[in-house]
Amino acid sequence: MNDMTPTAAERAAKLEGLGCKRKRVEDIRFVQGKGNYVDDLKLPGMLYGDLVRSPHGHARITRLDTTKAAAVPGVVAVLTADVLKTVNLAWMPTLAGDVQMVLADGKVLFQNQEVAFVVAESREAAADAVELVEVEYEPLPVNVDPLKAMAPNAPVIREDIKDKTDGAHGKRKHYNHVFSWQAGDKAAADAAFEKADVKIREFIVYPRVHPCPLETCQCVASFDKIEGELTLWGTFQAPHVIRTVGSLISKIPEHKIHVIAPDIGGGFGNKVGAYSGYICAIVASIVTGRPVKWTEDRIENLSTTAFARDFHMDVEIACTKDGKVTGLRCYTIADHGAFDACANATKWPAGLFSIISGSYDFPAAYCLVDGVYTNKAPGGVAYRCSFRVTEAAYCIERAMDIMAQKLGMDPAEFRMKNLIRREQFPYTSAFGWQYDSGDYQTALKKAMEATNYTKLRDEQKAKREAFKRGETRELMGIGVAFFTEIVGAGPSRACDILGIAMFDSAEIRIHPTGSGICRLGTKSQGQGHETTYAQIIATELGLPADNITVEEGNTDTAPYGLGTYGSRSTPVSGAATAMACRKIKAKAQMIAAYMLEVHDDDLEWDVDRFRVKGNPERSKTMTELAWAAYHEVPPGMEPGLEAINYYDPPNFTFPYGAYICVVDIDVDTGMAKVRRFFALDDCGTRINPMIIEGQIHGGLTEAFGIAMGQEIHYDPDGNVTTASFMDYFLPTAVETPHWETDWTEVPSPHHPIGAKGVGESPNVGGVPCFSNAVNDAFSFLGSTHIQMPHDHWRVWTAAENLGLHQ
Amino acid sequence: MAKSQVAMTVNGTTVEALVEPRTLLIHFLREELRLTGPHIGCETSHCGACTVDLNGKSVKSCTMFAVQANGADIRTIEGMANPDGTLHALQEGFREMHGLQCGFCTPGMVTRAYRLLQENNNPSEEEIRFGIAGNLCRCTGYQNIVKAIQYAAAKLNGVPFQEAAE
Amino acid sequence: MIPGSFEYHRPSSVQEALGLLAKWGDDGRAIAGGHSLIPMMKLRLAKPAHLVDLRDIADLKGIRADGNDIVIGAMTTQYELIGSNLLVSKIPILRETSLQVADPQVRYVGTLGGNVANGDPGNDMPAVMMCLGATYHVMGKAGERRVAAREFYQGAYFTALEAGDLLTAVRIPMPPAGHGYAYEKLKRKIGDYATAAAAVVLTMSGGKVASCSIGLTNVAETPLWAEEAAKILNGSSLDAATVKRAVAAAEAITAPAADARGPAAYRTKMAGVMLTRALARAKSKAHG
Repeated sequence: MNDMTPTAAERAAKLEGLGCKRKRVEDIRFVQGKGNYVDDLKLPGMLYGDLVRSPHGHARITRLDTTKAAAVPGVVAVLTADVLKTVNLAWMPTLAGDVQMVLADGKVLFQNQEVAFVVAESREAAADAVELVEVEYEPLPVNVDPLKAMAPNAPVIREDIKDKTDGAHGKRKHYNHVFSWQAGDKAAADAAFEKADVKIREFIVYPRVHPCPLETCQCVASFDKIEGELTLWGTFQAPHVIRTVGSLISKIPEHKIHVIAPDIGGGFGNKVGAYSGYICAIVASIVTGRPVKWTEDRIENLSTTAFARDFHMDVEIACTKDGKVTGLRCYTIADHGAFDACANATKWPAGLFSIISGSYDFPAAYCLVDGVYTNKAPGGVAYRCSFRVTEAAYCIERAMDIMAQKLGMDPAEFRMKNLIRREQFPYTSAFGWQYDSGDYQTALKKAMEATNYTKLRDEQKAKREAFKRGETRELMGIGVAFFTEIVGAGPSRACDILGIAMFDSAEIRIHPTGSGICRLGTKSQGQGHETTYAQIIATELGLPADNITVEEGNTDTAPYGLGTYGSRSTPVSGAATAMACRKIKAKAQMIAAYMLEVHDDDLEWDVDRFRVKGNPERSKTMTELAWAAYHEVPPGMEPGLEAINYYDPPNFTFPYGAYICVVDIDVDTGMAKVRRFFALDDCGTRINPMIIEGQIHGGLTEAFGIAMGQEIHYDPDGNVTTASFMDYFLPTAVETPHWETDWTEVPSPHHPIGAKGVGESPNVGGVPCFSNAVNDAFSFLGSTHIQMPHDHWRVWTAAENLGLHQ
Repeated sequence: MAKSQVAMTVNGTTVEALVEPRTLLIHFLREELRLTGPHIGCETSHCGACTVDLNGKSVKSCTMFAVQANGADIRTIEGMANPDGTLHALQEGFREMHGLQCGFCTPGMVTRAYRLLQENNNPSEEEIRFGIAGNLCRCTGYQNIVKAIQYAAAKLNGVPFQEAAE
Repeated sequence: MIPGSFEYHRPSSVQEALGLLAKWGDDGRAIAGGHSLIPMMKLRLAKPAHLVDLRDIADLKGIRADGNDIVIGAMTTQYELIGSNLLVSKIPILRETSLQVADPQVRYVGTLGGNVANGDPGNDMPAVMMCLGATYHVMGKAGERRVAAREFYQGAYFTALEAGDLLTAVRIPMPPAGHGYAYEKLKRKIGDYATAAAAVVLTMSGGKVASCSIGLTNVAETPLWAEEAAKILNGSSLDAATVKRAVAAAEAITAPAADARGPAAYRTKMAGVMLTRALARAKSKAHG
């Protein structure tokens, strides 16, 4: 070796592997306007579809006449439920085991429900014809309140299953009941409450919200009549699932369906499901023999596809008088809207809600969830969260604050006392989850030190005194949240979607010159997969990340996968990528041994090469081995250098974090201004710190929107009143706070590279942190809980109720 | 409905076409000229994804008819790169500072930031946030977009970019 | 969201525009910046068969002093109001208000005429015009007439404009030098209409209010001129008790709708809070 020989560290840095703030590959096209989104697609002869929607929340259809619409010049077809019935597609199965109308069949069950689908030569003609479809409605009584859904005289939402006593998840209690689901040990929890020194109980609502990516849902369906093949481009977070579901519904053989998800303009859970517009576009293409494009407008997006949350939680905590939690109970009413179109693992009608014991050592816990039907849009997706984890985290983090308040303890101190301790991992929760790893106290301590927590409390104390003396009209609130997520769905013993185990996959081919391609079953919607998967490969195989193409979203070329949501890409496909690399590396090692004429075991890995132990001068780089794999493999060995891995994770992963927020509340207007927000996350091994930080910023901003203003609101007549960007709170750069981030790094012990997933953590932890801060501002006056969203008038009303405007 | 003849300059090239009066400028750019960089996010002039530069102003092209742009000089994201084909400082800044994720708001955001810097070549963070408040982003939380614009401003002013301390 | 079909007209003079509007009657509609009308057309809540675009009419543009008044052409944009040195020196409340209208892109295109003429109670400028005692120049079949802003608004989207009328300019008497002013607007985010907003212009003399005018935005079907509240304040030192009485008088004339910004009672209270703050800030800016 001479001085010019790069050191191992220099060679590693050149690879841009794990831990590198690698600039994103995909940005080159995006910053030039050369992204390839669904609506950019324009095929020869393409038609445009547009939907007729119900103005009513609940009504019987007494007349539906498409004659005038069909006569509009340029209109090619008008689909209604009756037309769809001829191909047995008026209804479709949902991912949650329910069925759902594709187009209104006899009645409408929520406002803006799909009633007819017009197909025309232009968007303009389709829109003109939508206006001319004549529908007469006979309004029916409406219920949009989940707490009234199971009342004896509640309006019957689902006449099709009114008399069915069994649903997809067991016995039904009422004609508007979807399912009951429970977890934990009721007897043990009840016993804990009987013995408890201190108890709290609170009714906590997580309002209905919407993921609202900037690009709405859209697709282009193109059916080739001669080949009998369907190509479907769409905004799909899970392209393979769409292919399988599409095949099951349409009876087109699965190998004759080609699903392509090009660039996606944000998903956040909105683009997991199968929506009426997709089915209509497919049928229309089959009927007309021409490609059909369907694009949602923003009102349609907010009011029909994929709401999230709408959980109404009655939570209790039992505790000793010195502040040790002993029991947890929670009864939840889950509003599923008119159809249960929840995007959950099929066996989990309430998702992973039983993560509700959070980060704390609860000896006993029990939860029960009842799902109900109402006259609202169907859905129930995980908006930037793993199935129902946000609801659980919000509930427990609010409840912990309320208990701390009752005990007269500081909320951070109370948490510190009850966090699962490092030596308890792996820790089995009262609900049976095995938390694999963590060092919670260190994380919380670090966050408290970074924000100078004690000093903040001193400042708050002084401000409260000043407020009481009438010297200020501002109240200061400090929010603390410590969340544990359960992501990476998931282990096949626990998780499937319509029977398909929730594994994921990676297929890697290394080309002779040492570059390669990796194809996966996941689908980026902005997470930067093209950049980060290549980094895993770079470190695993010692090839520069720049030499690796990452390809997703084409079901013909990618191995089967369940898609990207629930922070599952890194935990599952990231693991599959590493495991596929290890197969390749094992073969490369045999080739190296052959070339260097030593035994396999005499070789050791050195960043980008195998070298002979004790004789490092003798080595073969991975680039050399790639060439050899196509040139001089050992006798009897198959040539080539590629591998595929289907990874069935042994467990979920459990990212966690400690967040602290400071708000200043103008008591006279109700405006809560976020002064400071500090987020410490532990997502295990960090693949690309730049992208992680970006994910945290984005998730916190979405959490800020949810906590401070978002709500999909229905009036009592079933009208959705917040279905535009005027009224659905999406913060601009002006409202959005400045974010401070930090991390700890406790790798997941069961994940090949120790990574746990990060995209959803800031939403899961952010919402309770903002909410705790607002609630904390008023806690010294005896207020225990103010419902979200914490928009101006609701905060003002809380102050009004406390007599602060006298 | 009778179509109208329109002529305008788009990214330095004169284009002429017959359009229906109700054709929105965004649809004209995307469907007729196949400039698919500007996007449609809300259609109600809130999100700014459709922003283009028109006669020296940032305009939401979803809320303007193509006939109204007759005679206009328009620049879209596709016309943002330097004449030699290298990335504009803003395009470079967005990549360097991780100012984008899904990329859907990016063309509108860059185009808006371009006009902002034309009017104020050294904006403060507050001025940047106020200046891009007509553009929504759902991915980044804006913090890195602010940095991207500061990066570009520094580069265009020929001074080294210094990231604000956390 | 595609508008219905229409024919497009781009007149180059007011007379030509008036002729077109007269010819098409209820089927015709003038378009200024379009940020209210085009979304309504996309929702098909507005379906004009003829759209008369005012953008090429030079006579409708510009900001000029005329004696003790400033006259602003109806097609002057918010962006131009913000950039006008004449306005900054003579009627600075216009810049302050314009900066709180919508967002940057909309301000490049949105016009003063459109803002004051369409009768949307959420628009910011009408209350400011009432506060300033502005007069609108209206051209119609019978020629030009002038309507006081304080007389112009009759209900939500109902104004003194008759079919075929065109609002061509806004004439604003310059407030005295040394006046104090403020436009306080509570909103949920950039781009939102006001939950409530208050415009105040006042002059002080020897520590007492010499003159005062108050406008309120989005707390009734029309913008409001709070005459009684201003009367209460005249001659006072803006002491807390008098301000409280004036605020009560202002709140009394509000009749807001409940919407996503809050219930009616809240919005009334916010009108009061905005007024209190606007008064304090206006006072701090006033000389004398």
